[in-house]
Amino acid sequence: MAALEADTELEERLRRAAARVRMRALEMVHHAKLGHPGGDLSSADVLVTLYLAVMRIDPANPRWAERDRFIMSKGHCSGAFYATLAEAGLISAELLNTYMDPLSKLNGHPDRNKVAGVEANTGPLGHGLPIGVGCALAARMQGVEWRVFVLTGDGELQEGSNWEAAMTAATYNLDNLVLIVDRNRIQQGDFTEKTIRMDPLPEKWRAFGWGVVEVDGHDQGALRRVLGGGPAEAGKPTCVIANTVKGRGVSFMENKPEWHHGVPTDSQLEMARKELLGALR
Amino acid sequence: MSVEAEVKAGLYDCRDAFAATLEAMAAEDERVAAVVSDSVSSTKLKGFRSRFPAQFVNVGIAEQNLVGAGAGLANGGMIPFVCAASCFITARAMEQVKVDLGYARNNVKLCGMSSGMAYGELGPTHHSIEDLAWTRVIPNLAVIVPADPVETRAALLWAKDHEGPVFLRLSRLPVPVLLDEDYVFRPGHAVVMREGTDVTLVANGVLVCRALEAAERLAAGGISARVLNASSMAPFDRDAMVRAARETRGIVTVEEASIYGGLGGAVAEILATEHPARMKILGVPGVFAPTGSAEFLLEHFGLTASGIERAAIDLLDGVPGA
Repeated sequence: MAALEADTELEERLRRAAARVRMRALEMVHHAKLGHPGGDLSSADVLVTLYLAVMRIDPANPRWAERDRFIMSKGHCSGAFYATLAEAGLISAELLNTYMDPLSKLNGHPDRNKVAGVEANTGPLGHGLPIGVGCALAARMQGVEWRVFVLTGDGELQEGSNWEAAMTAATYNLDNLVLIVDRNRIQQGDFTEKTIRMDPLPEKWRAFGWGVVEVDGHDQGALRRVLGGGPAEAGKPTCVIANTVKGRGVSFMENKPEWHHGVPTDSQLEMARKELLGALR
Repeated sequence: MSVEAEVKAGLYDCRDAFAATLEAMAAEDERVAAVVSDSVSSTKLKGFRSRFPAQFVNVGIAEQNLVGAGAGLANGGMIPFVCAASCFITARAMEQVKVDLGYARNNVKLCGMSSGMAYGELGPTHHSIEDLAWTRVIPNLAVIVPADPVETRAALLWAKDHEGPVFLRLSRLPVPVLLDEDYVFRPGHAVVMREGTDVTLVANGVLVCRALEAAERLAAGGISARVLNASSMAPFDRDAMVRAARETRGIVTVEEASIYGGLGGAVAEILATEHPARMKILGVPGVFAPTGSAEFLLEHFGLTASGIERAAIDLLDGVPGA
């Protein structure tokens, strides 16, 4: 893997942006009285790092043909996703105030025809990786260099379509494809390992012919180096297992299955704001 | 009948027109790709694979991935023709068809091969008589059921230039050439195959030729039957159906599909609200078919020239029943 130099200034900017995304996502869920805050908070660092430090995109031209593609397969974490799109300048910050309002562009699950920067209409799980495989194949067929990033949940990998796509990606040597697994170990009803055993997850992906990297999914520096540095193994698609904490950044939400789709009360939002503002200082 | 005998009798497997057209389009436009789920020979795309290996993808036996990858290819600027048996590409990947194609409006051309009861003896697992009902309720998805090799080619050419998802419901059952060589497919337009004033026969796919034969027989008995080819299921030609209801004494719909939710349903929905008319809906009457060849099953369900003729006469005589 090509090594990327550490850049402490950039990484500090990413850390602050991630704290803002966490705050905005919680405010949006509080406003809509709906949403998936646990996964918003676990995926915020990955999203921010991709959009602000890794992907080649042009906010003024969201459908630039040679852009890198990001597919938010865990579409239910739309709060963090939309907040990140606003950080990246793809949508306006004001639009976030309409999250799930009647006739808002910001549906609970993203719609590519309504929101700039959204590549796929997701929500039902297991759709993103097959679409990512198609995007990566399209780049290969046209001899162009764009990269494709797909973010799934870990429970989401219980959907069989992911493993269909995993085999296709390996067979076609799609080393322009990066799957990031938000490995927060919690799904809607319980911990993943108490629901359907996912471990040993890295070995599963290796067995399917992928290069695998494990990373602290809340370390912007490590994420930037892993995601920005090319394929883990030449000629193979890359699976980045981002070890994360569901509800990360808000102490009373961390590692609690009930915050998968809990809605903070006014006082809980205030407490969360204080903790996240601490990170912004 | 052997292939040679069929061609001699003027009957064609529309997959040949399908494969030839796809190859011609791929030669002309590098964005055209064929995507299959192992289904190389059942789609007759072996020639495509050897001529255009760089425009060919085989995702393996994996229909959800097949349709999803099609959406990704479209996102990346390709024009993917995603091809597999109609029974699998619809039922097995229905959510991808709904979300990745219809809802997301991805420019994917879904080619459902050997639809209806073409795989007769293989049984109801391989029949695709539900696909019309399933696909035509999906917004943004054009649903096309060509009647012959000429329309198969014309529909493919239209689909390639149309920006949006399309479901082409194709067959392997031999049919004669019905349309002129210069025929141009028009979405939302029912083709008048034969004018008539007493009764209207509305059919699509492999049953259009049988409806035309029924019209011949009816003419011999002094009944003038209009024949409409409703190859464009979505968008659907509302006006042609209302005109038929107004100008003839009743409508018989004929489809190689379930009588629920398909062509008959589409016509009935329109006429019930716009111009109530007497109707008979011919198709598979809400059952899984028994064992038998495609020809046997069409006969079994009355989807033949004589079955259609009988239904038209019964309709005009006021005999009730589906």
